[in-house]
Amino acid sequence: MSAATAARRRGEGPETGPARGPSRGSAAHRAVSYVVLVGFALLALGPVVTVVAEALSPERAADGAGLRPQNFADAWVQGRFGDYMATSALVAVVVVVAATLLSIMSGYAFGTMEFRGREVLFYLFLLGIMVPTEVVVVPLFFDLRTLGLTDTVWGIALPQVAQSVAFGTYWMRAYFRTTNRSLIEAARLDGAGPHRVLWSVLVPIGRPAITTLVLLVFMWTWNEFLIPLVMAPAGQLRTAPLGLALFQGQYTQGTSLLAAGAVLVALPVVVVYLVLQRHFIRGMLEGAVRE
Amino acid sequence: MRGRAPRGRATPYLFLAPALAVYGAFLLYPLLRAVQFSFYDFDGLTVGTPVGLANYAAVLTDAGLRAAFGHALVLVVFFSLLPLLVGLVLAALLVRARVRGLPLFRTVVFLPQVIAMVVVAVAWRRIYAPDGTLNDLLRAVGLDALTRTWLGDYATALPAVGLIGTWVSTGLVTVLLMAGMARVPKELYEAASLDGASPARQLRALTLPAIRPEIAVALTLTIISALKTFDLVYVTTGGGPGTSTTVPSYEVYRRAFELGEVGAAAAVGVVLTVLVFAVNLVVNRVADRQR
Repeated sequence: MSAATAARRRGEGPETGPARGPSRGSAAHRAVSYVVLVGFALLALGPVVTVVAEALSPERAADGAGLRPQNFADAWVQGRFGDYMATSALVAVVVVVAATLLSIMSGYAFGTMEFRGREVLFYLFLLGIMVPTEVVVVPLFFDLRTLGLTDTVWGIALPQVAQSVAFGTYWMRAYFRTTNRSLIEAARLDGAGPHRVLWSVLVPIGRPAITTLVLLVFMWTWNEFLIPLVMAPAGQLRTAPLGLALFQGQYTQGTSLLAAGAVLVALPVVVVYLVLQRHFIRGMLEGAVRE
Repeated sequence: MRGRAPRGRATPYLFLAPALAVYGAFLLYPLLRAVQFSFYDFDGLTVGTPVGLANYAAVLTDAGLRAAFGHALVLVVFFSLLPLLVGLVLAALLVRARVRGLPLFRTVVFLPQVIAMVVVAVAWRRIYAPDGTLNDLLRAVGLDALTRTWLGDYATALPAVGLIGTWVSTGLVTVLLMAGMARVPKELYEAASLDGASPARQLRALTLPAIRPEIAVALTLTIISALKTFDLVYVTTGGGPGTSTTVPSYEVYRRAFELGEVGAAAAVGVVLTVLVFAVNLVVNRVADRQR
């Protein structure tokens, strides 16, 4: 790092700053930038490449050399990652659908309507964005066990709906506040009630904001570990990250299978990220008040 | 909304009701219950006995809990301060460099943010393993004497876990800071250069004040993720060797669900929550005041 800064200074010369024109001798600065760019990217990718390589390599010498995509099939069936992924998908669908719908409705109320207690209620939701899972998971377990909700999809999903609704309300309120008032007035003059205004006017034009919310909630839910760990003590209902953690705890052998499982668990979010990264980065930077 | 028909008095509350119900039942209520639990000696099975502030006193006096909070502080250095320093230098270098491939770079360095922490932990366990990538690299350059079981060694386990956090956070912080720096008008740097300001001075006098909001967001996000580290410790070390890598979140889980000390666990959770709120408040206060 210090070497890079030093080199940059040398390249720039003492009398010039980093913001010099493109023409003269910024070649050194550019060269150093490329080295840092590539070096840093390789550091970021290194561990990812390690796992993918391991997932494709044969477990034993007897399996022969070369790539072994068979590991993924083995992880899917023998490692039961197929089951874990199915559970994760089910939980994710419940949380994403419920949290998005509820957040759209509450964000609509906060963002476009005036009513008594609006400020207080909104701060109540903001509070939830910061509350760490650790503190709520303990009483949730004992209370939901009393209600018979542990070891059910609901027990895993509902606490996550609540967390996501806190953020989603904040996020959708911000969107609804930016919508054009005259649009709402025009729709209302045409005789549209508040429901029509929301679902037929505001939601269709709010698709970018909603897409970002859906992606973030999907990612948080898919990657969540503590809630499924605590809420499904019987071990019948395992989400993908939980299955992976327990697989690692159970087998000291089978590193290729473990690595293949790890790739499978990461894959859905990574694929969605690569396709829609703009939404992810924007959402995670703008929505930074969460956590 | 002004001029709303009287029939709509209840409308905002109806839109809010579903979100508020789920949020209240699965987040606010458990939060209050956690506070209640924290004043009891409760093993999760029998009726608890009230113990006043004893569980909170234990956070200060219990060696194990004090150590856990101490480890969290060490992790803050690795999750937050180190990425901030690295990110500042990287962003300062890259934001004015006329290099191609910045969007691809952003995609790559942001990737660790979207991968499930459990998967990250599995990958890094392989890197730190006795026959893992790190030791292979050390042997390849003749530093055999340095090889060790990184996660099993009292001296290296906590920094090793911390560096995983550095790896996860640095990309996010860099992308954030680059977004902030891109906002600073180039002319300011040109003027500063003409006045003979060194790059270091430009960073201190121009860049840092301009990107204070981004620094605040970066610090808030990363400090809180350090304080809430759970999956990473659960999968990489299980708090070991000994108790050299336990953290508050891990203590909440262990005490509530393995040791049957539910009241103590709740107290740790409440303290953690207060810390998270305090970090949010302090970082943003400082950022606001100095703007």
